[in-house]
Amino acid sequence: MPQLGESVTEGTIIAWKKAEGDLVELDEPICEIETEKVTAELPSPVAGRLVRILVPQGETVAVGAPLCEIEEAGVPAGRPAADAPASAAAGAPAGEAGAAAGTGAPSRRRFYSPAVQRLAELHGIDLSQVQGTGLGGRVTRKDVEAFAARQAQGAKAAPTAAPAPPVAAAGAGPAPGGPLTGVRRTIAENLERSSREIPQAWTMVEVEMTALLARRDALQQRIAGRKVTALPLFIAAVCSALREHPVLNARFEQGELRVSRELNIGVAVATDWGLVVPVIKDAASLSIEGLAARLDDLVTRARERRLSVGDVEGGTFTVNNTGAFGSIASKPLVNPPQVAIVTLERIVRRPVVTGEDAIAVRPVANVCLSFDHRVMDGLDAGRFLATLKARIEAGTFG
Amino acid sequence: MAEMTVLEAVRTTLAEAMERDDRVLILGEDVEAGGVFRATDGLAGRFPGRVIDTPLAESSIIGVSIGLAHYGMRPVAEIQFADFIHAGFDQLCSEASRWCYRTCGDAWLPMVVRAPWGGGVHGGQHHSQSIEAFYGHIPGIKVVVPSFPADYRSLLRAAIEDPNPVLFLEHKRTYRLIRQEVDGAPAETRIGRSRIARRGEDVTIIAWGLMLHEALAAAEQLAAEGVECTVVDLLSVQPLDRETICEAAKATGKVLIVHEDTLTGGFGAEIAATIAEEAFEYLDAPIRRLCGPDIPSMPYHPAMEHFFMPDRERIAAAARELAAY
Repeated sequence: MPQLGESVTEGTIIAWKKAEGDLVELDEPICEIETEKVTAELPSPVAGRLVRILVPQGETVAVGAPLCEIEEAGVPAGRPAADAPASAAAGAPAGEAGAAAGTGAPSRRRFYSPAVQRLAELHGIDLSQVQGTGLGGRVTRKDVEAFAARQAQGAKAAPTAAPAPPVAAAGAGPAPGGPLTGVRRTIAENLERSSREIPQAWTMVEVEMTALLARRDALQQRIAGRKVTALPLFIAAVCSALREHPVLNARFEQGELRVSRELNIGVAVATDWGLVVPVIKDAASLSIEGLAARLDDLVTRARERRLSVGDVEGGTFTVNNTGAFGSIASKPLVNPPQVAIVTLERIVRRPVVTGEDAIAVRPVANVCLSFDHRVMDGLDAGRFLATLKARIEAGTFG
Repeated sequence: MAEMTVLEAVRTTLAEAMERDDRVLILGEDVEAGGVFRATDGLAGRFPGRVIDTPLAESSIIGVSIGLAHYGMRPVAEIQFADFIHAGFDQLCSEASRWCYRTCGDAWLPMVVRAPWGGGVHGGQHHSQSIEAFYGHIPGIKVVVPSFPADYRSLLRAAIEDPNPVLFLEHKRTYRLIRQEVDGAPAETRIGRSRIARRGEDVTIIAWGLMLHEALAAAEQLAAEGVECTVVDLLSVQPLDRETICEAAKATGKVLIVHEDTLTGGFGAEIAATIAEEAFEYLDAPIRRLCGPDIPSMPYHPAMEHFFMPDRERIAAAARELAAY
């Protein structure tokens, strides 16, 4: 069972695409897996014959558990295992597959690179037990990682982790009744964790949107054929405020706060099959046009269930456009391990009192922030929102 | 939607800066007529009196820029070829770099020096040099080396708006060679940041200028063979983005640094030392440098120039070796 995403611990076999005895090509889909984040097809790590299915359809197993055994095509026993982890999936105990490699290959002085030694220490691995696939049989970092993965599941055989394929279009939407599955269950578990673990405080400011809407209109002039919303501009403003208040752009895990230098902005997208939060990577490096284009792309692919694992990982802060539902105030839940989430509420035209004590009609929106009170106080949150409000109202962002 | 060459990106950004700010002016050899590479083409007509031809004397071009900047202007000096900047080395490194420091921050020096560098155009001995290692060694001067038009735009603007001296290096081979749709393309606005231009788990390649484009082409070629490269677009030599460089190095544990400049004391050495100091426990192979050979200058003859300069095939071969190590 490959690890299809950070913090994913288990997966369910939805369907086998191959039966025992079938021939499989390299990278040919052999089964469909549903994890809490995505539904994906598993490409075969080797070409050969599917000998035995170990996990029947519908069963859930931990990451790293063997799913099936594949007899690799044209592998004479005892060949130096150039791709040991893959051939190990054929059920031969690791270390036997290439027993000759240790002795028959041109011998290389046993030298372990710093990376190899660090990983061996981390996982408590005896390096003399590891089969090297590098130059002259050198043990590489990847060899140690693969060995650690095998060791972790206490078995002698392990499938290789497949590369993350795109999300397949298998059903995982809100169930009409019965136990929650797939994506719905993940959403439930994540929010449960957010509620249970994070003491969240909430605060809201009112922001006048005149300048932002003017910039949106200017942008709409430049981008023909695509409707431009206020959201990419809002995200640009959020980025510029985060740069000034980096403590909100962080991940809090295992009691350690890691403030991130990259702004990886998650955007909550509501779809027919559940809520998903694709991430705009390094949002600070994008112009507003770039943000708009990236956002369009992610939203489209989210709705069509074509997001890859990479698209939904690594977020450091989340933006939620609750105004899209017509909400004027909401209390979002922080998306762990992040430490803050901000919403843009509906932009409404309201009478406001201007600087000259006159009453004018202006577009106004509420911006709400929930934050992890363990790692910051209202002061940080307030300062961030004050900066965000000032940037939006002056139109100086992005 | 605007597709631009590197040269158009430079010219457009200069024009926009002059439009925005009356204090911006251009000085250099033949800049009124548009300069040898046509980077200032048309600007003298649009901004009368603000595009100034100078004598053939780099020390005075830079010295005059220092004076202009000190008295409130924002000069953008053009050096015709980076090879000739050394006549102004003293002005840049002994004077301009220290202005802010020696006045304890009371005086700033908002000046930019643009210089076309690098080989691959049969420029021969005096028109092909890489100079980033000389000037990247000097604290107090920022040294910028973009590779893509969108970054040329955002970083030249940042250089002109920067309150202190910036040496802005333009790879002359890429002037008309490299095109990019700049709208929506990633554009770094902060001097001193690098970008991870491609992510892969086998080998990390760090490059700048023409070599960055060769590295990306090599990475494409290698991907077809199943070797996945992380590629770092350096963007800035001084300040050096140690954090991004080390993050990219840790991602694979195998690092290849590519530059056109000659090997010994080239800027790759500084990058290699940084990785060795800060990411030692993540290294799974010796750090490798692929550079020009230690020869006094780049030869003119095409075959000899080809011998001197790394290219995508050589980069791919070196990365392949590292992947297999």
